[in-house]
Amino acid sequence: MGNQSTGGATVLAAHDLSKEVSSPEGSLTILDGVSFNISAGESVAVVGPSGAGKSTLLALLAGLDLPTNGHVVLNGANLSELDEDGRARVRAESVGFVFQSFHLVPSLNALENVMLPLELAGGEDARGASRKIIDKVGLGDRWSHYPAQLSGGEKQRVAIARAFATEPAVLFADEPTGNLDSRTGSNIMELMFDLNRSSSTTLVLVTHDLSLAERCDRVLSLDIGRLVSDTRGAA
Amino acid sequence: MKVMVFALRSFRREIRSGEVLVLLFSIALAVSALTAVGFLTDRIGKAVARQANEVLAADLRLRSQEPIPETWRDRAQEFDLQTAETNTFPSVVFAGDLSALATIKAVSGAYPLRGSVRVSDTLFGEQRVVDNTPARGKAWADGALLARIDADIGDRLTVGSLELEVTAVLTYRPDQSMGFASLAPSLLINIDDVAASGLVSEGSRVGYALLVAGSEDAVNRFDASIQPELPDAVRSSNREESSERAFRAADRAQRFLSLTAVISLLLSAVAVAMSARRFAHRRMDTVALMKSLGATQRFVISVSVVHLVLLGLLGVIIGSIIGFMAEEILTRILADLIASDLPGIGIMPVVLASGSAMVLLVGFALPSLIQLRNTPPLRVLRLDVLPPAPSRMLVDGLALAAVAALLYRSVGDAQMLAILLGGIVVIAIALYLVGRGLVATMGRFRSGVGVAWRYGLANVARRGRDSAVQVVAFGLGLTVLLLLTIVRTDLLEGWRQTLDEDAPNHFMINIQPHELESVANIYRSAGVEPPEFVPMIRARMSTINDVSVKDREYPDPGGKWMANREANLSFASKLSASNEIIEGEWWPEDYDGPPLVSIEEEAALETGLTIGDRMTFIVAGREVDVTIGSVRKINWDSFQPNFFMVFSPGALDGMPTTYIASLRLEKQQQPVLVKLVRTHPSISVIDLDSILQQIRGIVQKASLAVQAVFVFTLAAGIAVLFAAVQSTIDERRFESAMLRALGARKRTVFAGVMAEFAALGAAAGILASAGASILAAIVATRLFELPYEFNPLLWVTGVAAGIFVVCASGFVAARGAVNAPPVDVLRAA
Repeated sequence: MGNQSTGGATVLAAHDLSKEVSSPEGSLTILDGVSFNISAGESVAVVGPSGAGKSTLLALLAGLDLPTNGHVVLNGANLSELDEDGRARVRAESVGFVFQSFHLVPSLNALENVMLPLELAGGEDARGASRKIIDKVGLGDRWSHYPAQLSGGEKQRVAIARAFATEPAVLFADEPTGNLDSRTGSNIMELMFDLNRSSSTTLVLVTHDLSLAERCDRVLSLDIGRLVSDTRGAA
Repeated sequence: MKVMVFALRSFRREIRSGEVLVLLFSIALAVSALTAVGFLTDRIGKAVARQANEVLAADLRLRSQEPIPETWRDRAQEFDLQTAETNTFPSVVFAGDLSALATIKAVSGAYPLRGSVRVSDTLFGEQRVVDNTPARGKAWADGALLARIDADIGDRLTVGSLELEVTAVLTYRPDQSMGFASLAPSLLINIDDVAASGLVSEGSRVGYALLVAGSEDAVNRFDASIQPELPDAVRSSNREESSERAFRAADRAQRFLSLTAVISLLLSAVAVAMSARRFAHRRMDTVALMKSLGATQRFVISVSVVHLVLLGLLGVIIGSIIGFMAEEILTRILADLIASDLPGIGIMPVVLASGSAMVLLVGFALPSLIQLRNTPPLRVLRLDVLPPAPSRMLVDGLALAAVAALLYRSVGDAQMLAILLGGIVVIAIALYLVGRGLVATMGRFRSGVGVAWRYGLANVARRGRDSAVQVVAFGLGLTVLLLLTIVRTDLLEGWRQTLDEDAPNHFMINIQPHELESVANIYRSAGVEPPEFVPMIRARMSTINDVSVKDREYPDPGGKWMANREANLSFASKLSASNEIIEGEWWPEDYDGPPLVSIEEEAALETGLTIGDRMTFIVAGREVDVTIGSVRKINWDSFQPNFFMVFSPGALDGMPTTYIASLRLEKQQQPVLVKLVRTHPSISVIDLDSILQQIRGIVQKASLAVQAVFVFTLAAGIAVLFAAVQSTIDERRFESAMLRALGARKRTVFAGVMAEFAALGAAAGILASAGASILAAIVATRLFELPYEFNPLLWVTGVAAGIFVVCASGFVAARGAVNAPPVDVLRAA
């Protein structure tokens, strides 16, 4: 518990985060007073049983949603003080995503999916940069395939390539292996940790796979909305 | 800049992926249908107007009691207009010892500018169209005139000091008056012979006319340029008061055309609305993803708007090409019906149709896109998160405003718009409410039916609001199609029936009371049932409620004209079958109280008169005071003798009275007329066949246009239904894959989908039948003044068509979804 951190500058900080939603039975607390700092280059796993508030925490950290109380500072920006477009700009500059259900655009082929964030950021030579990354994730010969023509593992590789294409400061991964078999899953994680190391990105990984969590520098455990432990792993 | 580059690049991908094809298709279809409909209505509308203009023999006529200065003619020619001149005057025509009063019509070589003159070579013989006019020294004489003076072709006639040889029997000229006033039979002569007759001098009763014709635009500009300079004595008109029937028919034909144009526009609107909704819905995930990747609201909305505009342009280009081709083909197929000698209208219908399609697209798609802007990026983590629904008022308001603006531009008929749009809105609301109710009810029934139905009904119920929206879309599409079907069949048929083959085709006027018995006997001897003779008394109105008709203020200029002209009065104890009392009461058959009059509806409106108002008429130098007892509506289509003013029995006793009658004579019975006019030379017989033919021609053209529009509208209607089904196909694809993965057979899944469509189709069919019947009844009575009978067959058709069409388009759309291997679908991103 508490605001532990190692070495480098703080890139992501949660300050007393709470999230309540209204439900037919009245107000429901999903997160309750969660605080921590994450340093640049760290890999952090967020674990906990279903309903612990992992995905909600991820949404708040990435500025996809706003907390009821408390605030998030991402790469120096207080997300609660920004409007939706402001938060989008912060994401464009410093955030990458890998989702459980991949979220590839079905009308775009693999390469174009990777190009999407680069094009959104208005970068030069989106195509060339994307070709390089798609080679790196091992799909160099399948870049022209559409999502429907790719297997689950291949789709997640495309998603990972897309996430790293903009060289984000923080990469959020929401159960990235949840839809994959264990073998494909471990290949995918291998790829993700490799890329994370080589680009010194900060990784925030939501998972309920403890063996996966143990490969991270640090593990945050949630239970019914509270942060119950913050431990450094062996990695 | 960044937005444009991104938008253009991603647009290419969108097109390639086929995602937007349904929207593209509905825009292209809207443009091509509206182009074809616009083209048809313009062409046929003009052809109809031209046919109605035949009764002027021109597009515009200047009339005066003085010779018309040549400057007017020169002016018309400056506007590139054709001109012709006529002089009309009464004169006695002699043949040997016999003589008769005739209307001399002296015409210049270009006469008539519209319509054509027909002659025959024997009395009441076969007629033929001629494209010239009598040469100098020759004359074409009305058969009735020849009969009266016992002359024939080749005989010589004397008019004033002019001697003329009869070279043909004049059977028809387009501007022969349809009124009853001063209708002596015509003698057509060359205008250059007039001077030699010595009949035209200072103070003689000559009507001079300058006829003008040309393109509509040039005629209007010419008319506008002369209006300020026209002396009081010169009247310009583009309508002939006495030929009100032809213009009524033309107006009605125009309304039919407008109505069909409105209907096809409405259908296009529904098709575009449905596919625009799907377009927006499908983008929701992409927008959420783009926002999670850092795209701003402005960026996503700009990209979407650029896509929409590009899509619109592409649809417009494709639609225009198809529309142009349709125009070409229609021009060829319908060459003789659509005034093909008019200059091509080329690009205008395409431009208007394209503009309309873009307005529709913006009106219906923009609100959905604005809603997209607010898609929460959280949707990438939780699919159940939806953007806040935009204000329904805003969405529907914008779209409705777009449609209303378009309709007003193309129709310009506020009453028709109010009825149609109001009706459609009410029907849409009813459809939505009933759709919701139905959805709730069906959900409850599902435990009592088989697997397929349970699945189908569960689907309907689960989709709740979406299902209700589908019922609305299906229902509106069907309503509009059914309405058009009714217009196409029942309404047009009703109109045609008013011109049935038994309609009278001859009028007899100027029958003296002592001739009635003899005339009846002549008909009886020829085996023809004698007609009913209706009394007619010439009069002038002098005061209204003790104010002189000259000083009175009238709500309508037509009222002043009506009050000041020579009036034809009649009297009757029984109401004519072609009349209907709309205010007040008709007098009892044995009425002998103070004089009452029943006034025609429009005459009452224009003169500002109502029940209880008093009028004084001068009849043969005596004053007759009368009070208005009732207001009548006249069915002018009946071709029965009818009067604006009908007096109560006894009110006009002792006044100089003549009789008129109408009757139907078949071709082989017409020789009886020769005997009639020889025995009773003062009776005039007017042949109505030609005007009936004109009106039938108008009806035929209108029907043809409605039929052609129907084909296009049907295509648009099917597009609507297809778009509606498409809008749910993604979900269906997933559901059926899941069911099949759970072990359901393809047939079961398919039967389930069909059960859902059948339920929706039946619901939509019932409501559409109800809506279309009510709308049709309102349209028939309010817009066309035609009787309408509810048609039970329509309900059967509506429900059957609802189920069939919805299932059929559902079948086509859902087949792919059900047939796709479940693994592919479940694996898809």
